[in-house]
Amino acid sequence: MGELYKVSSNPHIRSKVATNGIMLAVVIALMPAAGFGIYNFGPRALAVMLVTVASTVLTEFLFGLYRRKLTITDLSAVVTGLLLALNLPVTIPLWMAALGGVFAILVVKMLFGGLGQNFMNPALAARCFLLISFPTAMTAFDCDAFTGATPLAALKAGEQVKVLDMVIGRTAGTIGETSVIALAVGACILILMGIIDLRIPGSYILSFLIFAGLFGGHGFDPSYLAAQLSGGGLMLGAFFMATDYVTRPITGRGQYVFGIFLGLMTGIFRIFGPGAEGVSYAIILGNLLVPLMEKYTMPVAFGYGKGGKRREK
Amino acid sequence: MNKAGERLYNGLIKENPTLVLMLGMCPTLAVTTSAINGLGMGLTTLAVLALSNLIISLLRNIIPDRVRIPAFIVIIASFVTAVQLLLEAYIPALNKSLGVYIPLIVVNCIILGRAESYAYTNPVLPSLFDGIGMGLGFTFALTCIGALRELLGAGALFGRTILPDSVEPIRIFGQAPGAFFVLAALVALQNYLKKIRKAAGKSYEKIGSGCSEDCMNCKDRDGCSRRFYDENASTEKKKSSEAQNSGEEGR
Repeated sequence: MGELYKVSSNPHIRSKVATNGIMLAVVIALMPAAGFGIYNFGPRALAVMLVTVASTVLTEFLFGLYRRKLTITDLSAVVTGLLLALNLPVTIPLWMAALGGVFAILVVKMLFGGLGQNFMNPALAARCFLLISFPTAMTAFDCDAFTGATPLAALKAGEQVKVLDMVIGRTAGTIGETSVIALAVGACILILMGIIDLRIPGSYILSFLIFAGLFGGHGFDPSYLAAQLSGGGLMLGAFFMATDYVTRPITGRGQYVFGIFLGLMTGIFRIFGPGAEGVSYAIILGNLLVPLMEKYTMPVAFGYGKGGKRREK
Repeated sequence: MNKAGERLYNGLIKENPTLVLMLGMCPTLAVTTSAINGLGMGLTTLAVLALSNLIISLLRNIIPDRVRIPAFIVIIASFVTAVQLLLEAYIPALNKSLGVYIPLIVVNCIILGRAESYAYTNPVLPSLFDGIGMGLGFTFALTCIGALRELLGAGALFGRTILPDSVEPIRIFGQAPGAFFVLAALVALQNYLKKIRKAAGKSYEKIGSGCSEDCMNCKDRDGCSRRFYDENASTEKKKSSEAQNSGEEGR
């Protein structure tokens, strides 16, 4: 990503922030969630993370060898691997985790032209690939620390859930999604560093809450909404994956549209769908519609009237 | 007889209808959940393709240009009906698993494409072998896709379990996305092999199928039956649209 492209006539402002800096910030911001995952689920969580990161980086390195272009230094493969691990249950066989990493980098990212060209978030696409391929292994949340259903599944079945446990993260689930506090710390780091802004996460979470309140069957009951908010991958998805630079809209208004769309889809999947969770499908579906959202929210250039037509003199 | 062998080679390898021409994608993606389904679909299409090519080539001097497409469809549909009745009678299991894709062979673009581009303008024997070659190419591709999907998605091959139980199959290959993955991988492999062969100096020119497919520089202006439009009409249209364009610029 070091090349300087000639885009249009000057003046240009050049930023000193490079891709690897941003990716490093994301890795640092994911550390609280990863650390809590290891504390919560034991050393096997660390093993899953190491396997996915190793497989994504190695795949990108080998592809780089074939193409004679070294791209692993931008750290994006590390971010993909880490995000993928945080989206997997701790009991997943390690070869499946490695296969997910290979799929994320090879099929979703490199075959479409590498970083910046991938039309879908690689980590989420890999999660969905694994979810469809190995439905049992991907939804087995029983481990030494916890047994039984995830809070969202319990909520869907009409059982009571402990919201405080869900906020802290002492529940079953994928490695990185359980603790709202750890994720919020990471999100604050990203927002304070200026890596992400609140447009997408804000509109995503708000529209989801409104949808859940209207159609969830519990009205705007605070404890129900808090449980929906802190259960499953909503926090992880909203702050770390929906905001992915490559697969989000570039226009400001488009980002609001994107966030609202994700909120609606997540609500539909969670409340009306057969499963308890729908964040990952909602985000990759939204990723596919990003070009459309950008097309209709593109700002009008200076000197052009409404609809992009040149004004008559 | 040399011509016949060349047609077979052309259909099976050089212009493989699925992997090179990318025709007939609908059955390719839909029915290849197992090797046996792919083989069955391929052989059914092969039979229809060879017979329809034969009949269309025999009738090529009788069918008027203007109604050739309906005429082709009638011939193809008759064969498809016959083949489907045979399948229903003798291999009902295959007929059931292929379902609606058997009647859909009528509108399979490989068959219509070969009728239009080869059988309608070529003698009987090469046309028959063109149909057999293309059908074999289709069968080969579909069986490969089906076998790979069955192996990866269910750990079996032709219905027999091959992989041990400890290896969990990757179920996505048995579903719709898997068809796209396997097809893309095979097309990529085919392009890669072509590149290697080209680099090794082997010619990969298309074998003449009676038409260079380059209508702009075609010498055969009067005898060609493949032009859809009246040439004068199209030039007139062009002129009028050009006039419109220049008018807009003038404004």
